[in-house]
Amino acid sequence: MNTLLGLSRSIDRLNQFVGRWVAWLVLAAVVVSSVNAVVRKAFNMSSNSLLEIQWYFFSAVFLLCAGYTLLRNEHVKIDVVLHLWPKRKQIWIDIIGIVFFLFPFVLSVIYLSWPLFVTAFQTGEMSQNAGGLIRWPVYALVPVGFTLLFIQGISELIKRFAYLQGRIDDPTIKKQTKSAEQELAEEILRHKGELAAAAVIAQGGAK
Amino acid sequence: MMAFIAANLAPVMFASLVVFLLFGYPVAFGLAACGIFYALVGIEVGALPPSLFQALPLRIYGVMGNDTLLAIPFFTFMGLILERSGMAEDLLETIGQLFGPIRGGLAYAVIFVGAMLAATTGVVAASVISMGLISLPIMLRNGYDRRVASGVIAASGTLAQIIPPSLVLIVLADQLGKSVGDMYKGAFIPGFTLTGLYALYILGITLFKPQWAPALPVESRTRRQADGTTGLRSLLALLVISVAAAVAFAKWYPESPFDEMLVSSLFFGVGVAFFIALFDKMLKINLLSEVARKVTFVMIPPLALIFLVLGTIFLGIATPTEGGAMGASGALIMAMARKRLSWSLLRQAMDTTAKLSCFVVFILLGSTTFNLVFQGVDGSKWVEHLLLGLPGGQLGFLIVVNILVFLLAFFLDFFELAFIVVPLVGPVAEKLGIDLIWFGVLLGVNMQTSFMHPPFGFALFYLRSVAAMEAYKDRLTGKLMQPVTTGQIYWGAVPYVVIQVFMVGLIIAFPGLVSGGLEKQKEVDLEKFRIEIPRGATDAPAEKNLNELFKIEPPKGDSGSSAPAPSLPAPAPAAADAAPNPMQSVLDAVKKDADVKK
Repeated sequence: MNTLLGLSRSIDRLNQFVGRWVAWLVLAAVVVSSVNAVVRKAFNMSSNSLLEIQWYFFSAVFLLCAGYTLLRNEHVKIDVVLHLWPKRKQIWIDIIGIVFFLFPFVLSVIYLSWPLFVTAFQTGEMSQNAGGLIRWPVYALVPVGFTLLFIQGISELIKRFAYLQGRIDDPTIKKQTKSAEQELAEEILRHKGELAAAAVIAQGGAK
Repeated sequence: MMAFIAANLAPVMFASLVVFLLFGYPVAFGLAACGIFYALVGIEVGALPPSLFQALPLRIYGVMGNDTLLAIPFFTFMGLILERSGMAEDLLETIGQLFGPIRGGLAYAVIFVGAMLAATTGVVAASVISMGLISLPIMLRNGYDRRVASGVIAASGTLAQIIPPSLVLIVLADQLGKSVGDMYKGAFIPGFTLTGLYALYILGITLFKPQWAPALPVESRTRRQADGTTGLRSLLALLVISVAAAVAFAKWYPESPFDEMLVSSLFFGVGVAFFIALFDKMLKINLLSEVARKVTFVMIPPLALIFLVLGTIFLGIATPTEGGAMGASGALIMAMARKRLSWSLLRQAMDTTAKLSCFVVFILLGSTTFNLVFQGVDGSKWVEHLLLGLPGGQLGFLIVVNILVFLLAFFLDFFELAFIVVPLVGPVAEKLGIDLIWFGVLLGVNMQTSFMHPPFGFALFYLRSVAAMEAYKDRLTGKLMQPVTTGQIYWGAVPYVVIQVFMVGLIIAFPGLVSGGLEKQKEVDLEKFRIEIPRGATDAPAEKNLNELFKIEPPKGDSGSSAPAPSLPAPAPAAADAAPNPMQSVLDAVKKDADVKK
């Protein structure tokens, strides 16, 4: 079990690392898209490669971050029934879900998409648009992203069993430090505090 | 048993889906697993060709190349940066001061700011949290009824879902095979009608229960003129001047489609107000009161962003996706100018955007897998048969679908609704001759309730997270304030859910509310033609590229109807079909293959 937990930790670290860096492509896509829109309008210039790179980036974001999103427990579920059950039962549901829901889907996609990538790589397939990009990198994203998701599934499975054996803390609790919403609330409160303090100073001051 | 399943594969599959989803494992994988399981069953009993699986990766490529979906990360990112730029706080504070001294004024301010934020971006959580932290304490301090106060905040926050640019409308447009630009135009009037209805409800409260929404005492106003006047007169004068400027501009503006003229003249009017205020401040003329200046300056950033996003989309300068990207850049610049942009904020915005895009697209991938198989077992015919058999034709269909969505909205959020329910009912709606834009806006207004339904509504959840749970001492008055109970938040939302249902009825009764925002010269046939292309939706980028290739300038695929030359949009979809990209053609071939083998 300890070896497995070690494996699980390595997988978590890998997907954490991938998620952290791939997220930058969001910013890259924003910049490329707005620059492209402005340039097209202002200079009447446009390039298909700039258009295509945007969805290459977006595809990379959602495919390569799939494992990371699973790690963070961010894939939405319907917990109407789920939260009525005791904790251990919920963990068992996760285990069944990983084995019978997640794995069949992920493995079939990897199996089906790999040959398409190989063909595209060998033939050097290009986009049909003039000045378009070479295709194999996006074809590669599918098996790579789903593999990351698959190994994250293995890691989650290990953690569920370890929890049932009482070796680790509850893995389903979101490990994230703070959500965007919490940070927003804190910042507004901080700002309000500053304003109130400023108001007190202003009232007591020269005015 | 086997024979029964083979004969009724579609209903059995649908029933299993409900079980798979309620099971409690993430929706995306439940959908996909259901699809894969029944694909195996179908192949086993001979109802499906084994080649069906080959289409799965092609469908995934179709989702990847979908230009419309690219708008989701852009608008999410924009919202995340914007919510931390302090714009919402400034707006709430200033507009609250302005409206506060009239009865129900704070509630009007919340609705107004809610609509304003909704038109800038579309993040419900951000609006609700900002208003819950800034306006709720002020309302409670001044003796507002707790249900009224919390209800108006939760409801105004959800306006982000229906007033363009909203993610709901993007996803609906994509699923119904319509252009996002048209969906935005269609949702414009209903969105603001809804805002008006909220305000009307507050007006009703101030008339019948004035003690629930009292006016602020005039002393509570912190910004006053040196001479003691309120400074409202100069604000009014400024307003009149800018409206007059806008009207004059519209008169002078050359003949053009209504929405283009509206956007341009509004922009002109706001610009006039801005420059007056700017000159007044720089040259120290003091022509304007402080209130007038403050209001002008606080309104400029959101209005500028609205123009940057919606204006460019409506004018046909940018596609909705590009509008989202420009909005995101604008938000970044604004946050930087206000010195609110930090490294950690940027990181977090990217991180949250990546995770949201991922789970949204995976729900779509799951539902794509499900639908691939569900269509294969003739599920769409089964659904069609069920829904076409309803009494009352179009009306009966609309009522049943809306009741269904309303009930499902208690448990599902809108992404799930849009990806699971819409692909099933959309084709039937089309067959019944229902305008899909109208249908989409209708569903959008309906799905908005999913944010307000107790106890799972997100808006209520976020309000709960920021409203006081325990009794607290008010900072200004020093009085002990009672907490806001969860029951009060739930009951506060109920009237707005009723308003929402009323609005759904209103849109059904008066389709003009939606079509009024659209151009009359619609290329209906073309639109229909485009839907026939399978759901790969890769036609959007292809279409765009072809436009560029042929140097066809303004009519971007997504804003076809606002283009000045009505003859131009015609070649685009047809051309896209004639020269599709390779994935699409393979997909088509496989589909045909699957059909033949059956």
